Amino acid sequence: MEHIRTTKVVEQVKLLDRFSTSNKSLTGTLYLTATHLLFIDSHQKETWILHHHIASVEKLALTTSGCPLVIQCKNFRTVHFIVPRERDCHDIYNSLLQLSKQAKYEDLYAFSYNPKQNDSERLQGWQLIDLAEEYKRMGVPNSHWQLSDANRDYKICETYPRELYVPRIASKPIIVGSSKFRSKGRFPVLSYYHQDKEAAICRCSQPLSGFSARCLEDEHLLQAISKANPVNRYMYVMDTRPKLNAMANRAAGKGYENEDNYSNIRFQFVGIENIHVMRSSLQKLLEVNGTKGLSVNDFYSGLESSGWLRHIKAVMDAAIFLAKAITVENASVLVHCSDGWDRTSQVCSLGSLLLDSYYRTIKGFMVLIEKDWISFGHKFSERCGQLDGDPKEVSPVFTQFLECVWHLTEQFPQAFEFSEAFLLQIHEHIHSCQFGNFLGNCQKEREELKLKEKTYSLWPFLLEDQKKYLNPLYSSESHRFTVLEPNTVSFNFKFWRNMYHQFDRTLHPRQSVFNIIMNMNEQNKQLEKDIKDLESKIKQRKNKQTDGILTKELLHSVHPESPNLKTSLCFKEQTLLPVNDALRTIEGSSPADNRYSEYAEEFSKSEPAVVSLEYGVARMTC
Amino acid sequence: MEFAELIKTPRVDNVVLHRPFYPAVEGTLCLTGHHLILSSRQDNTEELWLLHSNIDAIDKRFVGSLGTIIIKCKDFRIIQLDIPGMEECLNIASSIEVFLCLFSRIQVLQALSTLDSITLMYPFFYRPMFEVIEDGWHSFLPEQEFELYSSATSEWRLSYVNKEFAVCPSYPPIVTVPKSIDDEALRKVATFRHGGRFPVLSYYHKKNGMVIMRSGQPLTGTNGRRCKEDEKLINATLRAGKRGYIIDTRSLNVAQQTRAKGGGFEQEAHYPQWRRIHKSIERYHILQESLIKLVEACNDQTHNMDRWLSKLEASNWLTHIKEILTTACLAAQCIDREGASILIHGTEGTDSTLQVTSLAQIILEPRSRTIRGFEALIEREWLQAGHPFQQRCAQSAYCNTKQKWEAPVFLLFLDCVWQILRQFPCSFEFNENFLIMLFEHAYASQFGTFLGNNESERCKLKLQQKTMSLWSWVNQPSELSKFTNPLFEANNLVIWPSVAPQSLPLWEGIFLRWNRSSKYLDEAYEEMVNIIEYNKELQAKVNILRRQLAELETEDGMQESP
Repeated sequence: MEHIRTTKVVEQVKLLDRFSTSNKSLTGTLYLTATHLLFIDSHQKETWILHHHIASVEKLALTTSGCPLVIQCKNFRTVHFIVPRERDCHDIYNSLLQLSKQAKYEDLYAFSYNPKQNDSERLQGWQLIDLAEEYKRMGVPNSHWQLSDANRDYKICETYPRELYVPRIASKPIIVGSSKFRSKGRFPVLSYYHQDKEAAICRCSQPLSGFSARCLEDEHLLQAISKANPVNRYMYVMDTRPKLNAMANRAAGKGYENEDNYSNIRFQFVGIENIHVMRSSLQKLLEVNGTKGLSVNDFYSGLESSGWLRHIKAVMDAAIFLAKAITVENASVLVHCSDGWDRTSQVCSLGSLLLDSYYRTIKGFMVLIEKDWISFGHKFSERCGQLDGDPKEVSPVFTQFLECVWHLTEQFPQAFEFSEAFLLQIHEHIHSCQFGNFLGNCQKEREELKLKEKTYSLWPFLLEDQKKYLNPLYSSESHRFTVLEPNTVSFNFKFWRNMYHQFDRTLHPRQSVFNIIMNMNEQNKQLEKDIKDLESKIKQRKNKQTDGILTKELLHSVHPESPNLKTSLCFKEQTLLPVNDALRTIEGSSPADNRYSEYAEEFSKSEPAVVSLEYGVARMTC
Repeated sequence: MEFAELIKTPRVDNVVLHRPFYPAVEGTLCLTGHHLILSSRQDNTEELWLLHSNIDAIDKRFVGSLGTIIIKCKDFRIIQLDIPGMEECLNIASSIEVFLCLFSRIQVLQALSTLDSITLMYPFFYRPMFEVIEDGWHSFLPEQEFELYSSATSEWRLSYVNKEFAVCPSYPPIVTVPKSIDDEALRKVATFRHGGRFPVLSYYHKKNGMVIMRSGQPLTGTNGRRCKEDEKLINATLRAGKRGYIIDTRSLNVAQQTRAKGGGFEQEAHYPQWRRIHKSIERYHILQESLIKLVEACNDQTHNMDRWLSKLEASNWLTHIKEILTTACLAAQCIDREGASILIHGTEGTDSTLQVTSLAQIILEPRSRTIRGFEALIEREWLQAGHPFQQRCAQSAYCNTKQKWEAPVFLLFLDCVWQILRQFPCSFEFNENFLIMLFEHAYASQFGTFLGNNESERCKLKLQQKTMSLWSWVNQPSELSKFTNPLFEANNLVIWPSVAPQSLPLWEGIFLRWNRSSKYLDEAYEEMVNIIEYNKELQAKVNILRRQLAELETEDGMQESP
């Protein structure tokens, strides 16, 4: 609170259209609250920006109309204000700088956010996703795999969860020995068990092999993993890094497995770049797309030189390699990168998603994120820059995972229970710090923060609102899509406009097929109900008539119902219009935390408004 | 000439056909005067019927005595035939080559305005297997089109000055011109405009009475020739005190260069009420090369990401799309927002001019987004307006002999329509398949609609008597259902598309059609149609039940009241 220095209200602020070449703008009032920056324009349209979403604030040189302030958000919103007085601008700038970069977890929104739930509801919310249940669903523990208590007190590995599944024949000394030979103690453990094939996806970090070091326990553990697969004795070890990077690591005493030291392993590099390459790739992509009056050639050469789609394809190809090893060769696979929490999470989770249709449901996708990302210690806080920390730790690794899933939904429009809106909403909340799920970098840290007592879980809120995220074309006969086999020919990878331009509505289609079908689906359910009601009412009437006993009492008993019915019928005839209810925001959050309310209004119009000419038209020049 | 003489081997057995996304089929290959047919003689497998005129190029190669012919079609499909026996293979290949030459020679002859060999083409032999309910040749008569806006304005008239095609060989016999300009003046203006293409009405915007006119370039030459009648003609379309815009689809530089060849552009001094805007829409071989590069990029599945993106960029196809759409939006903006009439021309006024005038109408005029309205638009703005289909669509992306008159002008137009359709998926009565069908028929067809380069040629060829119109076939209810957009809801507004590169994707339905399976996408589309159909069904049922209940209620009420 003490950061808010300015009078919280600044009037006569202009919001410039990001892509307008003619500097079109809206005038309104800017409010700075403890959690949000709010702009209300003269049409009373509200733009809410959560402080935690702010990636950068920039004050540009003073112009005749005022002092420009450019705010870039982590959810890819870019706003450009012009504040009439420099003093105000400076105040807002300073306040935002501090408000957007908190030093302590306790200052994050989640610790003050109150959705009006009592403690037991809160606890229930946290219990919604139960990973023990999930491993049971996969079929472990079983005769080959068991729950290990080795890390019960985070003694072996601080960044792993307490509960870990390992081959039954791997004894504790072997586990401890192996963990000492793995970077950050992240020894090989089970990530996904394929029940039909009896094959496993395991994950770990790189071995501390240097140029020649070996570790018998680690070799034993890998052998135990391959022995836990009764069908196929050899296993794949996928190093998701480019070979050159892995070799360079050897000089630092790290590296990769030597095939000669391990029996029955097939070693494979898959060449996904590291977090730094990914960060600058996204940076380049955003620079290109933020250009005013972008030409087609600049767009494609920018897309190419950013390398973004190349990286997405690399992640996807790695996941396909993983899924094929299991389905085609029936082999277990061990996946690692350097620390085993970025690329490894991407590949393991995406591979599981290809293999198991459960992860393509709304609930299943939450479980998948909870398992391969949250519990295995993907460093959400650092990667999303939630606290004022090292900018070199920030990287869009999870965003890439979401994008890969989006590409799959594009190729298999009926295979996913959820829609793009669900992916965007999750992306929104890894940065929002509104819920506890993505705070911290590992489970141990989360426990120390007492997140389950002090914050709320996102999942129950998403689940409650799942109507908004349902894919109307989802085919629940998912047996048709047991294993997804996406085609990764380059032309299948497209720029994800709805992610990277989610707030630039002038770039979007003016009518959304998706929303129309979604609403129609909802309406169909209602109509089915109406038909049942009507039929029973007609039946009642007919019965009465055939009974021939038309007493006044009976009629009276019918009458109270009729007006009701009539109003509902009148209403029905008009419900061709979209059901706005389905687009409500998350209860309790401010209306615009959740940009879907804005989106949906625009999209759900059955007739498009006459939209601005900005894009349509080049300026008239003679 | 008898086709039979050209076919050395009319039949080969045990030929194996490879097509994208179909299992290989073994069967008998037959070569007829117009088709290449492969039949497996099994009930459940589809036969291949390929029009010779759909073949763009062929390759042949041999491994031992097994010959392989690779046929590249104008619709970008590539099929492969494995033919046992070297001699048979050579004979088949040479026959296809002869046909290919014959049909491409037709184009050459056509350029020399010899029409005889066109009459060898399939539409002159095709006998429809369906009953013609409505003869498409008479579906869109200029008089009917004129009636649509003659109720709103009396400032225009139909002129028959070009009845004999003497004033302008590429114009239809009937054109719409300002009422105050007589035929004599039109004849004079025609001598001042490229190809005799004097300014005519293209579109009348009922909302505010503004118009789009189109023409050929003015023949000002280097000495700044002027024509009083021309100035009078276009000024006749302006309201008192109003200015108009002339959109020249060429850059100023290009327009200036044409003066040396007798062409030019309107000088400010002579057209003080008009403001000239130059845009630069490419033409001819630049477009054809762009298409060739794009199709080549799409056909190579081995490209890595960088290579694919750089090839897509280098093709420049989407740059052309953006430029054309931007110009059309500009034209529509002048009409609807600025309240100003416009004249559009490039050099000849038969290519980029028509792209712009027709797209501007898609943006402005709800009727042109219906099936019939769009057909009328193509009839009016492309066929009657004299877009030289025969020349432009002679060859497609695989042609080896690059002729300067070949260019995918019409395909670019269809792509632009698709882009708008994608941005306004509920505002069009037709779907993507309709556009794809039009593309196919423009390049190879059993119908006469796209034969010839203008009305004058079509008259001489007696197409109306000797061939069937595409519209006769398309407008049958059974065919129409394939082309109808289930999401259509009439939208009477002007629709402004976004032309940012992020909003203009590659038209996968055309360019990746043969390179990837669309199975899952098709199934999803079907599911969407099911949901919509089910919705209609439920609505109807609710309405019936409601009426039924209301009737019962009144019955009860009547029994109650006495």
